[in-house]
Amino acid sequence: MIPTKEELFNSLAARHGVSLQKKLSETTIAVCGLGGLGSNVAISLARSGIGRLLLIDFDKVDLSNINRQQYSISQLGMMKTEAMKDNIKCFAPYCETEGYNVKLNEENCISLLREAEIICECFDNPECKAMLVNTVTENYPDKYIVSASGMSGLHSPNKIQTRKITKRLYICGDGESDVSVDGTLFAPRVMLCAAHQATTVLRILAGEFSE
Amino acid sequence: MVKINGRDENAAGMTIEEYLKKTDYDPKRIAVERNGEIVPKATYNNVTLCDGDSVEIVSFVGGG
Repeated sequence: MIPTKEELFNSLAARHGVSLQKKLSETTIAVCGLGGLGSNVAISLARSGIGRLLLIDFDKVDLSNINRQQYSISQLGMMKTEAMKDNIKCFAPYCETEGYNVKLNEENCISLLREAEIICECFDNPECKAMLVNTVTENYPDKYIVSASGMSGLHSPNKIQTRKITKRLYICGDGESDVSVDGTLFAPRVMLCAAHQATTVLRILAGEFSE
Repeated sequence: MVKINGRDENAAGMTIEEYLKKTDYDPKRIAVERNGEIVPKATYNNVTLCDGDSVEIVSFVGGG
């Protein structure tokens, strides 16, 4: 039996507090990139009871993703947006998920991200990361962006942290470990960075960064 | 003196573009914060760094 929307809300509210849960359930978050970072960020946010998620990725689930991304073998070949929508439905059936199979650029991100209160930058390519951060801060000065840089290899997990760069820009990661140098990404270290991002989103919504 | 990524540098009077040209930063991979705001990329060539400015150049690395 699937619980009703109200039962699920009450269960979350009993743990997170009613006023915060109400806020989370009324919030739209964009997750840009559904790889190692984005798949974990999306799952954490959906479990926490975020009301609406904009899931953006142009890629399909590939065997090379399975070491760190939250997809199953049976989802190989599916669009990541569709696979993630299915996965979220299993534990957050009332989370409104919208999938966009596009590669974000300076032009299309402006309209696609219009309704998002907080934008999670979860790309792997450093030029795409910089593009999104610069475009969002320039065009949407009131929106928050939670970005990530540096989570590759097996360097100390304690190096991964969240830094507040401006009132609206937070960057998670160690800032230096580069997959082109380290060669690969490991599930727990990427998850750790994604967990920093998702926690930062919740902290923003809970007013932990009051100005 | 301008504080750039925590270090005092003799960069007052230079534009951000002029400063970046002296460094190894890849302009396509960075965001520049100056006194709490992100500087729009299109203005790197006419934003002049001033004495007392605090600047952070975030250089993104790959992986995600």
